[in-house]
Amino acid sequence: MPETFKYTFDTPVFKGDVEVPLGLYIDGKFVDGSNGTYIDVINPTNGKTTTRISEGTPKDVDIAVKAAHQAFETKWGLNTTGVDRARLLNKLADLMEKEQDVLSALEALDNGKTFNWAKRGDVSHSITCIRYYAGWADKVLGQTIETSEAKLTYTRHEPIGVVGQIIPWNFPLQMMAWKIGPALATGCAIVLKPSEFTPLTALYMAKLIDQVGFPAGAFNLVNGYGSIVGQALAEHPDIEKIAFTGSTLVGRKIMEASAKSNLKKVTLELGGKSPTIVFDDADLDQAVKWAAFGIYYNHGQCCCAGSRIFVHANIYDEFLQRFTAHTQTLKVGDPFSPETFQGPQINQQQYDRIMGYIESGKAEGAKVHYGGHRVGDEGYYISPTIFTETKPNMKIVQEEIFGPVCVVIKFSDDDDIVKQANDSVYGLAAAVFSQNVTRALSTAHKLKAGTVWVNVANMLYPNVPFGGYKQSGIGRELGEYALANYTAVKAVQVNLLIKM
Amino acid sequence: MAKPVTLTIPATGKQITVPTGLFINNEFVPSVDSTETIQCINPATEEVICSVVAGSERDIDVAVAAARKAFKTTWGKNVTGFERSRLINKLADLIERDAQELAELETLNNGKPVKIARDFDIGDSVQCLRYYAGWADKILGQAIEVDNKTKLAFTRHDPIGVCGQIIPWNYPINMWSWKVAPALACGCTIVMKPSEITPLTALKLSELIVEAGFPPGVVNTVPSLGSVGGAALSSHKDVDKVAFTGSTVTGRKIMEAAAKSNLKKVSLELGGKSPQIVFESADLDQAANWVALGILYNTGQDCTAGSRLFVQDTIYERFIEIVVQKFKQLKIGNGFDESSGGGPVVSKMQYDKIFSYIESGKQAGARCVLGGEKRPGKGYFVDPTVFVDVKPDMKIVRDEIFGPVLAVARFATEEEAVELANDTSYGLGAGLHSNDASQCMRVSQALEAGTVWVNQYNLLNNNVPFGGKKQSGIGRELGSYALEEYTSVKAIHWNYGEKLDWPL
Repeated sequence: MPETFKYTFDTPVFKGDVEVPLGLYIDGKFVDGSNGTYIDVINPTNGKTTTRISEGTPKDVDIAVKAAHQAFETKWGLNTTGVDRARLLNKLADLMEKEQDVLSALEALDNGKTFNWAKRGDVSHSITCIRYYAGWADKVLGQTIETSEAKLTYTRHEPIGVVGQIIPWNFPLQMMAWKIGPALATGCAIVLKPSEFTPLTALYMAKLIDQVGFPAGAFNLVNGYGSIVGQALAEHPDIEKIAFTGSTLVGRKIMEASAKSNLKKVTLELGGKSPTIVFDDADLDQAVKWAAFGIYYNHGQCCCAGSRIFVHANIYDEFLQRFTAHTQTLKVGDPFSPETFQGPQINQQQYDRIMGYIESGKAEGAKVHYGGHRVGDEGYYISPTIFTETKPNMKIVQEEIFGPVCVVIKFSDDDDIVKQANDSVYGLAAAVFSQNVTRALSTAHKLKAGTVWVNVANMLYPNVPFGGYKQSGIGRELGEYALANYTAVKAVQVNLLIKM
Repeated sequence: MAKPVTLTIPATGKQITVPTGLFINNEFVPSVDSTETIQCINPATEEVICSVVAGSERDIDVAVAAARKAFKTTWGKNVTGFERSRLINKLADLIERDAQELAELETLNNGKPVKIARDFDIGDSVQCLRYYAGWADKILGQAIEVDNKTKLAFTRHDPIGVCGQIIPWNYPINMWSWKVAPALACGCTIVMKPSEITPLTALKLSELIVEAGFPPGVVNTVPSLGSVGGAALSSHKDVDKVAFTGSTVTGRKIMEAAAKSNLKKVSLELGGKSPQIVFESADLDQAANWVALGILYNTGQDCTAGSRLFVQDTIYERFIEIVVQKFKQLKIGNGFDESSGGGPVVSKMQYDKIFSYIESGKQAGARCVLGGEKRPGKGYFVDPTVFVDVKPDMKIVRDEIFGPVLAVARFATEEEAVELANDTSYGLGAGLHSNDASQCMRVSQALEAGTVWVNQYNLLNNNVPFGGKKQSGIGRELGSYALEEYTSVKAIHWNYGEKLDWPL
């Protein structure tokens, strides 16, 4: 019998009771994992166990895939109309809106981000995202193509089938919305694996999806370890497509498993070491604030975090002084306190990794200009940290840290800065600050990144595509572009007049 | 004047309040300079329902000014697609909530059966609004590669501005939603002139505009005579675009007025004399059902009414028999009577017009095998009427009758059928029935109509475009195509790398 997590929130920003189902969600039902085992859910503010979720196995993945297939062939896919799918997705968005405080509180409890940011950022964006894709459901258009009057030639953009989706722990709900929005809008059937570190909002969403009335099997959720459940999804011969957001390291494994199994279609949204470039004609005050937001938002746990901050020599000292002062105002603390900007990092492993990078920075000779230490005695809190006097080949300059740690680097040459900014195996995002339009745009156009921000950082919209160049990923999410990930194009050629 | 009235629905005794003023800036107001009113008639009983304020030319001025102000301040580019989407979805929810009440009001004023008004007219309208709500945050321009070193070139699909929208009386609520939805989705503001015959539901819907939360001036509703309000909108110097659905005769006037005033953009959805072709391989029973739907739905008051039927000679007599049987099954009666499959025609003028065509058919020697006779008593009821053995030059074959009157002729070959079908200045709809796939392909390619149905008729979908070829219209409604009617493309060439030498 699958368990339920019952919790009472009593915080300055939210009070209320919540109930979260803890089983797997397969074929319209919450069930136990077939091994009867569990995974503990840890509270990152104090390392204590919040609850435990059912653990899925490859056998559960199999059952879920079968249910998804059955649904796709009979009650989902093109057995529904776009209007039907739009209606269901809009209903889901309505429920999410009704329960936005609960979703925000669960996200804060599970991930450690603040309730206020979860509500105004993650949850709000997720609702808009689901509504945005509800709007696409009856607008998946093919083409009619003129070949000759002897033929009728057209394309159908058909749902691809059963899709596997693996999402990370940094924006649990938001990443779920980015994935299920376009997949359900186009009529695909889903087997989703949330991160084992942050399953609570996904499980709550499964409850809402169940309430909305999607046909059983259209959406399935299998919690579990990446190396077991994630691997099973990547290898499965009956999954047509896999979508993964996470580290580049794991992304490679997913692509390899896909190649070795059934050549399933792969989209990957991976890591980054995104540059922020501040020219000497930038609005300095604004640049400081955006650059800080670019690295410290979500505790630095953003794939597109602007973790390398390049500042023109003419304003370097001024920038660094203001940037440090601004950084000092960011409060680290309890996610449920209204004054907090930054909560704890997600878990012990990430904490150790980030502290490891901080140590390596010191060891390799960089200067800790600010921070560089733990905050408090329990949980995984790390101070916002600024390194200066770095060299290009240092680990803290090359490798993704995924924490509130940035390197601030001086530059003086406009052409050289583009080379430096592009000197990375990654290419997810970049930000350029300058009030000179020529400088800003010509630099932006030369940066090898999937998103380039000009005089802004870290702002995404559901209708603007997002994804990586180089080793930051394959494919695009959001916007109309995401539909291509979940549709297969069939060209139909009907002969009217040609005789053999 | 301009106070709301309380009407009693005859069949149920239920009461409904209907505003009677002009809806401008989210308020119901009297005319600024006129005491004229418009009487609304119940076509089933010929009784007066109530009167509403008749807008004057000056009232149109006031409404346009309100729409222009809203466009510059609270709507247009001052509102995001996300917000427009939210409001249009809200409006759809409210119409869905009030569907029964709106359906009864529609039936009272227009005559169509309540169930059809609720489940089809209003059901489709709700879907239409939701469909366009979904487009509101997806108005995409292009980013265009010109020269990477020097220029960024892109287009913006800006809202066109203040739109005059003139809608007919045959599907008051549905035509309202076809016009309002894409215009609002693109960010345009509206001055809506509903038909003077059926203004009541447009006024009632205006209450929901307020409840949904649209800023004042975004949607304005001015019931008015076509020759007054319609003419004023078409020639108004501060209206950017006029969209009209109605007769071809009036459509010409609108286009002329637009040309003579400020060259405002014009889209027209006009009349038709749409043909249905039944080939010998067709499923005859099914084809007869679609033929019946095609000319009898909405009592023939449909711009795409399949009013000319061409039947292959090998099945001619047999098919006519089946069609007549099907037609006899439809009961035309009071829209509040649950057994009515169709209602009266909308007005005395239409009633007289239809019967004058029926007379002309008889005079011209066409054989009337069903209907064609007036009923005793009150109400503008016209029974299904079938003329066979018609000739191409007869008035009942050339002119749009806009009633449940079918003209039937025979053909021998596919080529002849296509030629007969295309022999019209109209080009709105066409239907063909055949089990031969290649024939379906060839004939659907050859028919000169904006919508061609194969083995179907009359059924539309909100995401499939609709409009006329030839003199049936200009532009397309529904689908993504409607967005083009309400956007204006601006190309931006942004130089960041090119220096100009002077002299050249």
